[in-house]
Amino acid sequence: MRKVLLLLVFALAGTLTYAGGYRVAVQGQRALAMGHTGVAVVNSAELGFFNPAGLVYLENQLTISAGVSAVFSEVAWQNESTGASARTDNPAGTPFYFNASYKLKDWLSLGLSVYTPYGSTVEWEDDWAGSHLVNNIKLQAIYVQPLVSVKVTDYLSFGGGPIFVTGSVNFNRNLSRTLTDIDGNRSEVTIDASGVNEWGWSASALFTASEDLRIGVNYRSEIIMNAEGGEADFENIPNTPLAPFSDTTFDAELPLPAELTVGLSYQLNDKWLLAFDFNRTFWDVYESLDIKFANGRVANNPRAYEDANTWRFGAQYDATDKLTLRAGYYLDESPVQPGYFAPETPRNDSMGFTAGLSLDVTSRLAIDASFAYIRFDEVDASYDYYVDENMQTVPFGGTYKSVAFIPGLGVTYKL
Amino acid sequence: MKNYIKYIGILALGMVACEPEFENPVDENDAYSNGEADFSNYVALGNSLTAGYADNALYITGQQNSYPNILAQQFSKVQETQEFDQPLMADNAGGLLLNGTPIAGTRLVLGIDAEGNPSPRNYTGQAPSTEVTELLSGPFSNMGVPGAKVYHLVAPGYGNVAGVAAGAANPYFARFASEPGTTVLADAAAQNPTFFTLWIGNNDVLGFATSGGAGVDQTGNFDPSQYGSNDITDPQVFAQAYSTIVTSMIEAGAEEGVLLNIPDVTNVPYFTTVPFAPLSPANPSFGPMIPTLNATFAQLNPALTALRGVSEETPGESVYSIEFSASAASPVIVHDESLPDISAQLTEVLIQSGMDPGQATIYGMQYGQVRQATAEDLLVLTSSGVIGQVNTTRVQELMAMGLTQEQAGQLAVNGVTYPMQDRYVLVPSEIASINGARTAYNQVIAQVANANGLGLVDAAALLQETATTGIPFDGGVLTSTFATGGAFSLDGVHLTPRGYALVANKIIDEINETYNATVPKVNIGNYGTITPSND
Repeated sequence: MRKVLLLLVFALAGTLTYAGGYRVAVQGQRALAMGHTGVAVVNSAELGFFNPAGLVYLENQLTISAGVSAVFSEVAWQNESTGASARTDNPAGTPFYFNASYKLKDWLSLGLSVYTPYGSTVEWEDDWAGSHLVNNIKLQAIYVQPLVSVKVTDYLSFGGGPIFVTGSVNFNRNLSRTLTDIDGNRSEVTIDASGVNEWGWSASALFTASEDLRIGVNYRSEIIMNAEGGEADFENIPNTPLAPFSDTTFDAELPLPAELTVGLSYQLNDKWLLAFDFNRTFWDVYESLDIKFANGRVANNPRAYEDANTWRFGAQYDATDKLTLRAGYYLDESPVQPGYFAPETPRNDSMGFTAGLSLDVTSRLAIDASFAYIRFDEVDASYDYYVDENMQTVPFGGTYKSVAFIPGLGVTYKL
Repeated sequence: MKNYIKYIGILALGMVACEPEFENPVDENDAYSNGEADFSNYVALGNSLTAGYADNALYITGQQNSYPNILAQQFSKVQETQEFDQPLMADNAGGLLLNGTPIAGTRLVLGIDAEGNPSPRNYTGQAPSTEVTELLSGPFSNMGVPGAKVYHLVAPGYGNVAGVAAGAANPYFARFASEPGTTVLADAAAQNPTFFTLWIGNNDVLGFATSGGAGVDQTGNFDPSQYGSNDITDPQVFAQAYSTIVTSMIEAGAEEGVLLNIPDVTNVPYFTTVPFAPLSPANPSFGPMIPTLNATFAQLNPALTALRGVSEETPGESVYSIEFSASAASPVIVHDESLPDISAQLTEVLIQSGMDPGQATIYGMQYGQVRQATAEDLLVLTSSGVIGQVNTTRVQELMAMGLTQEQAGQLAVNGVTYPMQDRYVLVPSEIASINGARTAYNQVIAQVANANGLGLVDAAALLQETATTGIPFDGGVLTSTFATGGAFSLDGVHLTPRGYALVANKIIDEINETYNATVPKVNIGNYGTITPSND
């Protein structure tokens, strides 16, 4: 029976957990294994991210969930008319989370969560065909959130708290398709900003309709990262007044959009738990990446993202007293619109296939493992809003194909 | 427990191997077809245009953007090909040293002066460091030799470094010739080529053209050893050498190839940038001179027109009467060799009309073959720097004839009082000589291509299209306008990387059509144009 189940789980795994734009949905091994559902699953301190209103239902006085994943992602690009091709060589991303919940009273829990819901690392080969749009980019944002969870009645609780975000961005691209120094080295700019700090909040509710059915809703606010006084480093600039680029500072804004999740969980029987989450990420806020240099020059990069939905399904099976198996699936709509497919976040619609398990090592400590495979369809796409040095709009297109897989490991500790 | 960990490990390994794969990946060998052509060992033959020469110099990045190198890169996407080696220069400054002495200057870059005016000038950020006597060991796939005429490719000793100083050999070929006595063709054929391109013959008319027709049209002279570098090659000499080259390449194994014909000089910015009427009355150093100039030429005009058998009713109507407009830009005056020389008669008439004999003699000599330029004349690019300037050589000559420095200076203004000399102007008779030869060459090229089943690229039509309508691409329209058009480098004759990419695409079109291949083309917008630099 176990073997059959394992096969079943891994068969499912053969089909992904991720999300559009630069959202990285990897905020809990248990939830990820179930297709990153969790707004209505009372399972572990992962609730600190998914639905803090649920923390108050955790049985133990102290529950800690922590883990880290390795995101292996690769994007390939090619253009059939020119025969040009390129692949990213991305280092593994390592999103992590730490959630702790402490039961102060039967109706009141306090918590602390640290997680990394946004980030992106894309490294194309330097000077590849799309290098005027991006050579490489690294975005990071760490959320730190104190939480409170209050049970109002037996069937309704609320939770939430302020979010402190600290982030950084490093972005390199060539200045144009052709500008070089005298030796043919492509002129490029690197913008770098770190220690960008902002505040936001999240609020949630959990409704226990019956013993078996829970319904949850969670809202995380939009946070606009304001990078001020970041460093812009220009390299390989020919010595001419026609290319007046020198190292300077810049201001830029990058939105970390709001996210609304509603979902339910249903305890089918002693063994099986089913979960469904619906996310809507309010990407509409990301209209344009405008980089304002200190010398007054502004680089406009229209993005025109639109709000995007993710549909998540997960199941959990208590195989034995010590072993819990999980599997899940989700469909992730891309916020990127036709004509705005920029190779710095080359995301089209994707499907996530996930699986994982928890093994109770002792009565207090469990190991949580998850695996996600994310499948993107091959897509013919272009970015049509690049304006070159002669004020000509030059599209950049081709065929893109992405793959990502994310193994992760975590622990759950209860006291 | 151990078992589960094992399974997870296996699963993780399986996924690590999982890279994104396209349904039809372009980097696999069956993505494109070479058709009936075999690109496995491509050799390019030609002159500066083949070498990747640009901005009046050969330098590394120019060579990397040569059309043969662009082609070779595209060929390598179609089938397994040999490395395409080029005799790279030592630097990106351009220029040559012969035993340490510079014999060719650095590349032209677009400089911006303190007032913000752009103009081409020699790059000074680095001195030339390519020493001709430091010989390279080949073979080299790109056998393009700057300066080569058709008969040079079959001339033994053309790459003999010992002959460079005396002008008997070519410094560019000397760098990479396999041995002193070899020929360009022999070195190309020795490589067992499977495919070749040939673009030769441009210099056989271009030397004459860029010198403003200062050389000789050698049509009828079948001995090229008697030719000077500015002469026009006889079409029969051209045909014989050209056929030899193509036949030898085919015999060497390159049964497929593409031949390119010779463009018209009237589509090249070196000949079309400087207007025939550049003298603006708004120019403060010229405008105030107009009344004096017209009064002076008014003394000469009756004689000039009468002696040419033209009766002038309206002043300025005939090119033989010289008059500058106070309201519009006027043509320069030119020295037209094709006009009968009326120096002696002119002097005589001027003396009869009461002019001092000394002055009349000088006028007679200076204006014996003068006329005002017309739209049929082509002023070469180098004339732009001298028009309206005092010609110091002429000043010395005039002073030697007894004029004061002031008088000499007044009569030595290029194009205004001193006729533009032959090397600055292509007059219609010279243009006719060029086009006569060029048309004959192009007939030969077409016949040879046809007779051997080779591809033929009408480079003349391509550059005509560039010069007239322009070539649209994803970043605008590529034109032949000097410096800003994008197709031609700052020397006004050679192409930019973008221009060379255009040629490469045209060749690919021809290959695909002739040999049923599907070689992918490049995006010319990804290739640069001219290089701005104040170094």
